[in-house]
Amino acid sequence: MADTSLSTDKLLDMYRTMQRIRQFESRVRDIFQEGQIPGFVHVSIGEEASATGVAAALTEQDYITSTHRGHGHLIAKGGEVKPMMAELFGKKTGYCKGKGGSMHIANFDLGILGANGIVGAGLPIATGAGLAAKVRGSGEVAACFFGDGASNEGTFHESLNIASSWKLPVIYVCENNLYGEFTAGKDVTSVKDIADRARGHDMPGVVVNGNDVVEVYEATSEAVERARKGEGPTLIECKTYRWEGHVVGEEAFLGKRSYRPADEIEAWKKRCPLITFEQRFMPDTFSQEELDTVQSEVKQAIDDAVQFAQDSPYPQPEEALDDMFSKE
Amino acid sequence: MRELTYREALREAMAEEMERDERVFLMGEEVGHYNGAYKVSEGLLDRFGERRVVDTPIAETGFAGVGIGAAMVGLRPIIEFMTWNFSLCAYDQLVNNAAKLRYMSGGQITLPIVFRGPGGAAHQLAAQHSQAVESLYAYVPGLKVVAPSTPADAKSLLKTAIRDDNPVIFIEGEVLYGRKGPIQDEEYQIPLGQGEVKRAGQDVTIIAWSKMVHAALDAATELAKEGIELEVIDPRTLRPLDDRMIFDSVKKTNRCIIVEEGWPFAGLGAEIAYRIMKEGFDYLDAPVVRVTGEDVPMPYAKNLEHEVFPGVEKIARAVRNVLYS
Repeated sequence: MADTSLSTDKLLDMYRTMQRIRQFESRVRDIFQEGQIPGFVHVSIGEEASATGVAAALTEQDYITSTHRGHGHLIAKGGEVKPMMAELFGKKTGYCKGKGGSMHIANFDLGILGANGIVGAGLPIATGAGLAAKVRGSGEVAACFFGDGASNEGTFHESLNIASSWKLPVIYVCENNLYGEFTAGKDVTSVKDIADRARGHDMPGVVVNGNDVVEVYEATSEAVERARKGEGPTLIECKTYRWEGHVVGEEAFLGKRSYRPADEIEAWKKRCPLITFEQRFMPDTFSQEELDTVQSEVKQAIDDAVQFAQDSPYPQPEEALDDMFSKE
Repeated sequence: MRELTYREALREAMAEEMERDERVFLMGEEVGHYNGAYKVSEGLLDRFGERRVVDTPIAETGFAGVGIGAAMVGLRPIIEFMTWNFSLCAYDQLVNNAAKLRYMSGGQITLPIVFRGPGGAAHQLAAQHSQAVESLYAYVPGLKVVAPSTPADAKSLLKTAIRDDNPVIFIEGEVLYGRKGPIQDEEYQIPLGQGEVKRAGQDVTIIAWSKMVHAALDAATELAKEGIELEVIDPRTLRPLDDRMIFDSVKKTNRCIIVEEGWPFAGLGAEIAYRIMKEGFDYLDAPVVRVTGEDVPMPYAKNLEHEVFPGVEKIARAVRNVLYS
């Protein structure tokens, strides 16, 4: 089953990242429901493989842009769970000192150009980072995460057109989880596969099983190689599914109405990214014990992150007026 | 001292800054091969090449956001909007990304980017091509807004804007491009937030920017014949605003008129009037009066356009009003 050239270290890293995302998101969901986290949180349980597989094909110098459902992307790109959790709590020790929150976490040292609360708004930013890399000749690529919903925004088409026209080193990663908020993609989208839209912009469009981290990694690696050689952007569509609602706690305003069939949710849970990995690499590559160890190490890290966030101070009220302008 | 047009002054500013710092580049519709819709960038493509002078598709949201992304990772883009009317397509990128990214990230990044292009009405271009958008941008925390009235101010302020590490909205007067003015040969720097008294006088303060400065100066020439001396002051930068200069002038004249091309409701003049009331209430001998564009989209017919525009006659009427004469 283990038909991949990836080293066991790399594979285990990817598994650890997926575990980290799964457990971070599960804990965020739970403590949000307990009232510990304010605002809107959008968790990505079920979508761990796309974030992980893409980021595993990048270097630390490469860039990503993310979305309102961005915790997984940040963790995959190297985001530490402590300052992430603290940011969700609105604490001073968060990545953005409590000013960004779930939808706006960023860490520029890690090449994370920010989650973004506006659907589709990160697409031109990633394209611009790609332009800068090309102009400087510095070799970075930019990976741009967005959803099927964003592929109906003007920014999607404007960005793909620009990146393709100028052969920019950008990898557009559409995580197609079948729903844009509460509306089925098939009801409002002209194509079945978002990847088909690549053709309209004269770039390769690839559909992958977004729940298979190795498949995502391999497709991304190929796209990164093209990008670094100056051959331009690629659109990768990761077919995936979010197990949870669009936003945690949506049951409160959905009432009895449901926009997703129960059997659909169950069918996708059987295609869980973690189970997919385990079935493929256990026991030949990794023993149950090895993977269990990863799982419990991650659990400890998440426990510590929550504790850190709880114990951290809030920003001082007067800090509300800081960080507006850079002083030259 | 040389004479340059406003257009040439802007071009010199960009060329000098591109010469000085290779991270600076110009991007927008028609800026390269066509030499700019208003010829501001004429010759820059030949001089700096396609890497530094970049023609974009007609995709305002796209190229505004691409500029923001490039600025986030270390370049210093100048983004030209063919006119500020079209920037409204990109309003989300300017308001939700450019203005907020530094603050939202807890001060992690600098965003050195200038958005520039012509604003305000020209002649009979009608509603969608004739509007003053400065209030829309000055409203937003995180953006600096500049609107120069003369070639000398335009050149220096554009250079200052390009060197600023924050997003700057730079609104040029569409009808000012051909206007000539003296420019000193040596390097001079006007900081953002510093206004200038364009004509000293003791009777009434007129606050105006961009092309309305010239209407105010024309009104001052007319009224001087009647012995009324206007003090015309130009903030030049609308955000940050030179409050000091405004208060000093009002303390001297005790009467103030704010002239702006834009619409009256929630316009910049309302904020300025509030500040004067708050800080200078005891110095006022008459209520602050605003002379603005009428509260309608710009009509097309010449006489209707004239009716709607806040020109010299309306300024003179307002002066008599605050002097109770």
